[in-house]
Amino acid sequence: MAVQAVVTPYSVSPGLMDVLQVTILVLVAAGATAVVLTRDPVRQVIVLSGYGLLMAVLFLAFQAPDVTLSELTVGAVALPILLMLALAKVRKADSVRDRERDGERHGKGDK
Amino acid sequence: MSSRARLWLFLAGMAGLAACYLWGLGGLPGFGHYPGPYGDIINRIAVGQTNATGVVSAVNFEYRGFDTVGEEFILFAAATGVATVLRHLRGERERPARDEAADRDAPPTSSAIRLSTLMLAGPTVVLGWWLASHAQTTPSGGFQGGIVLATAFILIYLAGQFLAFKRFSPVDVTDAVEAVGAGGFAAVGVTAVAMGLPYLTNFLGLGSKPGAVSSSGTIALISFFVGMEVAAAFVLMISELLDQTLLIGQES
Repeated sequence: MAVQAVVTPYSVSPGLMDVLQVTILVLVAAGATAVVLTRDPVRQVIVLSGYGLLMAVLFLAFQAPDVTLSELTVGAVALPILLMLALAKVRKADSVRDRERDGERHGKGDK
Repeated sequence: MSSRARLWLFLAGMAGLAACYLWGLGGLPGFGHYPGPYGDIINRIAVGQTNATGVVSAVNFEYRGFDTVGEEFILFAAATGVATVLRHLRGERERPARDEAADRDAPPTSSAIRLSTLMLAGPTVVLGWWLASHAQTTPSGGFQGGIVLATAFILIYLAGQFLAFKRFSPVDVTDAVEAVGAGGFAAVGVTAVAMGLPYLTNFLGLGSKPGAVSSSGTIALISFFVGMEVAAAFVLMISELLDQTLLIGQES
């Protein structure tokens, strides 16, 4: 089946579009690898946010602007902030426990 | 199991997955060659049938509106679940927000961040509202608009205004907005049934001109409700998590 040409007021040559799509695919693959290879959770969330941004560009390059908008907000903002808050909660619980243990060791509990 | 046996098991599984994956890839249509009839049919008839030039929204809120109701309630259930799991438990007490405490250990928010986030908050609200109310004319929609709206609340928190964040989004109001958004979508469908039409039939006037903001009947209305529900759901989840992180401590 012949690919239907979409008439738009602007034009991008198919060759340039191919270059864009291949570039962003490679960048997304690199970004995903970077997320996996980052071991510290807090840093990983930041890298994940950048990966969400790359995914948004990917969807734009593949002509899905609606998914771009969703990915931009969910992948680059909402998901990282939820993870960040969860990490902050876990860390606080840890630091409170550490402080209490230190307090006992020095013989001066906080109560 | 020894680590050697585990490695072999992994390699065997990996080889099987790779073989199936490559086999599957071989059966895919060529890049850019869409084989199915539905996309082409929708592209041809959607604007004429619905007066919506945002064909993605026409598909989401009209042709497969019933699926979207389901998705809507997935998010609703998820937000309800988060709110339930993170509710105040017995044995937990509220402390003053660490952000506001005099002896807070975090460095104060820098003026650069305060200024830029506060400057962005207003435009973000406008953008979110615009996206949620223009589903019928642009590739936006209630989902995207709703999350952008929720981002405005996050910006206020990032500006160091935890108390302002809580004042702008009291849990009762967020709950109510979320319920109205989710229920509104379902109610649009039930209204059609009450008029003797199938569930979620587009019963409103389609307007005269495709691409006008007032066109497309229930597509615009549903998108508006979805925007409300998504914005409220995200604000609710983030607000519950912030409460957990900043306010609630274990009673010692």
